[in-house]
Amino acid sequence: MNETLVRTAGATPVKDGVVDCDIHPLPARPDDVLAYMPERWQEHHRVYGSHFRAPFRESSPWPRAAPAISRRDAWPPNGNMPGSDLPFMREQHLDLHNIEFGILQVLGFATGSQRNLDYSAAIASALNQWQLDYWCNPEPRLKGSIVIPTEDPEAAVAEIERWAGHPAFAQIFMTPRLTEPMGRRRYWPIYEAASRHNLPIGIHGGGHGAHATTGGGWPSYYIEEHPTAGQSAQALITSLIVEGVLERWTNLRFVVVEAGFAWVPALGWRLDKHWRRLRSEVPHIERLPSEQMHQHFWFTTQPVDEPERPDDMRRTFDWIGWDRILYASDYPHWDFDDPRYAFPFRLSPEERAMLFRDNAVSLFGLA
Amino acid sequence: MARYVVATTGDIPVGTNKVVTVRGREIAVFNVKGAFYAFLNKCPHEGARLCHGAVVGLVRSDEPGTFEYTRQGEILRCPWHGWEFDIRTGQSWVDPENTWVKNYPASIERGGKLVEGPYKAEVFPVSVEEDYVVLEV
Amino acid sequence: MSWRDVKPIDCDIHVVVPHTGVLLPYLDDYWRDYVTVRGVRNLDMTSYPPTAPLTSRPDWRPATGHAGTDLALLRRHVFDELGAQIAICNVVWGAQALHHHHLAAALCRAVNAWVAAEWLDREPRLRASIVVPWQNAAHAVEEIERCAPDRRFVQVLLLAMADQPLGREHYWPIYEAAARHGLPIAIHAGSAYRHATTSLGWPSTLLEDYVAQASGFQNQLMSLICEGALSKFPDLKVVLVESGVTWLPAFMWRANKIWRAMRMETPWVDRPPAAIVRDQVRLTLQPFDAPPDAAVVERVIEQIDSDRTILFATDYPHWQFDEDEVIPAGLSADLARRVLVDNALATYPRLESLS
Repeated sequence: MNETLVRTAGATPVKDGVVDCDIHPLPARPDDVLAYMPERWQEHHRVYGSHFRAPFRESSPWPRAAPAISRRDAWPPNGNMPGSDLPFMREQHLDLHNIEFGILQVLGFATGSQRNLDYSAAIASALNQWQLDYWCNPEPRLKGSIVIPTEDPEAAVAEIERWAGHPAFAQIFMTPRLTEPMGRRRYWPIYEAASRHNLPIGIHGGGHGAHATTGGGWPSYYIEEHPTAGQSAQALITSLIVEGVLERWTNLRFVVVEAGFAWVPALGWRLDKHWRRLRSEVPHIERLPSEQMHQHFWFTTQPVDEPERPDDMRRTFDWIGWDRILYASDYPHWDFDDPRYAFPFRLSPEERAMLFRDNAVSLFGLA
Repeated sequence: MARYVVATTGDIPVGTNKVVTVRGREIAVFNVKGAFYAFLNKCPHEGARLCHGAVVGLVRSDEPGTFEYTRQGEILRCPWHGWEFDIRTGQSWVDPENTWVKNYPASIERGGKLVEGPYKAEVFPVSVEEDYVVLEV
Repeated sequence: MSWRDVKPIDCDIHVVVPHTGVLLPYLDDYWRDYVTVRGVRNLDMTSYPPTAPLTSRPDWRPATGHAGTDLALLRRHVFDELGAQIAICNVVWGAQALHHHHLAAALCRAVNAWVAAEWLDREPRLRASIVVPWQNAAHAVEEIERCAPDRRFVQVLLLAMADQPLGREHYWPIYEAAARHGLPIAIHAGSAYRHATTSLGWPSTLLEDYVAQASGFQNQLMSLICEGALSKFPDLKVVLVESGVTWLPAFMWRANKIWRAMRMETPWVDRPPAAIVRDQVRLTLQPFDAPPDAAVVERVIEQIDSDRTILFATDYPHWQFDEDEVIPAGLSADLARRVLVDNALATYPRLESLS
């Protein structure tokens, strides 16, 4: 018998509640979202469309693993897009996997890569109202993430102010590939607002930014591009620590979403080692980088890293710290992780509770 | 090991599959070019229902940039993570030594033969004139 | 056992081109005039400011000038104090970052000639990497052919970040020539700065830049595997120099995982990436990014799961360790022995005469 067979054979149904930190909703019809924008920006959208810093308007530069990046079984019976139908999402995911809370992460509108900043602010606002009306209000298990026009920090702060304290919203939503590295001062007003409202910031991997996908240029294949979410996450953590963001706002909490986790310990070791050597360059960094990582960063598990020996997954969690691991499914996307099968080793009841529920409940203040 | 009549051959056109439940087990029955193959409807990786997978061919290559595409219709890509399985054997292409889907012998029997037993039709009415897919479970 | 008693093979030390002037005797008339008339005084690289702490350990820094420019000091530090029996010099210098690929070819040729005359001829325990103008693969192959008869050149040197990923066919003639001559490809930390060193953009500090090199290696390894460069040249060894090492297990797990999902996209990758890495990829020891905790190091070594993968290196004169703590606590005596000598002999056919 091999690991994978044992894995599914031994799986038990999800008895206790699960918090899923990464669910992707889509509008059934684009107009559902656009209707929340002023007529001027609806018109702009109709004429000029959305803008990605990528060559294709509607496709990824690297063809994805499956249509709509989704599980092939995630298309609702009505034929609309995966993730666009609440009753089907309930049946296929929320109820089946006993999801007590799910954190919504809205992708596909690229508020950070628009040409027109006012349009990006309008679409961010519309997405937030849409999340509330179409998802969080009808389904209280679902919590929204505040979408912001990242490249216009003033407007981003206004959007945060609009929603901070609203019980339907769990965090601020960002993506890592922006105009500048995430720790740069351009983005500090966002962090100041997050700190003031004690709101976690979820940073969802991937996206197309202003720079090549790797320091050595553009990869050819999706098989290369998909894992680069891990390298982007390493860069964003490095940037936030080295720029001193976490020394300045010591209550900030970041959730690194959809970048895996196995790389986390080695990054901490590397940062510590070279920070010691180059301290004179960054005298404003007083706390050991790995301590800052552990204090300020949480990691969602998906896409779950698959060590050659399952026990190494446990060891990796030990090194990261069990209090910083959050289960996420990525529903309805193709690289979805099933809570019953994604962790092929025996979890103690305490570990299970932390991983699947308690860490997220206390991080997001869910109740 | 008992034999179960699960479908008429006409129920499962070439290139498609039908999911049947036998003794509490969900089994996907595939028609590959007129031959029938059956396996547990559950990916050994993370449990996806394999009946939703894409039926494709097998791509191999001896040289970067070349694509030898054979056995079209004989390979199933898991509907989630894309692991490829040989529909004829249930064997995983990426980890053939360790990973496979449990498969069940499937055969085609004439209705006239089936009504004489010892087959279990369970919920399935059998008529003499048709051909049926029979699983050993 | 002290590692010194084993007389290690040091697979990464640096000699430094102090300024373009030292290369003038090795340039032909046109290029000598070009660099003189045009004022190409120096091409030392942004990634290694000569005065930064990382670039030289304080006790290895000469009273004047740049570390790695004085043979007498190098002899004392590398051979007398660190006890190496053989050391491989890597010249990380800006010829490999020029846009003008003919100029790059002339300067690489000059660097290799300078290394042979000024370093290898004067110190028989030194070996060197061939610095190639990878901007133009035909020029690079020409330089490999020129240097290959000199068996003191033991590998070909590239950097971790340049115009396009290293698996691309642009580079294959270089790999073909290297494999044919029994020369591993060394990929050294550093960037030609064609792209921001991170996918998030240009960092604000050298610290971030250096930390990002590890990601650069991860991306390049994925490119070499997925483009089929390692499958195409199965005899080729790739040595990652100054990579940090401990990211490797996580890399292999993720590479295997995405391969299981997407191998149909690159079907020439006909086995799990980790198997290819264990067969064809080697990593030099320093810097070894790990906490001072032997149990953690032991575990990472177990995860790498190959006693052939790591090659001893001090990264002299770069400041990666203090005193003589070059071997991380947690390596077994048997593994240490392989790391110190055997793995280098197995990786570099041109060191065979030593065994």
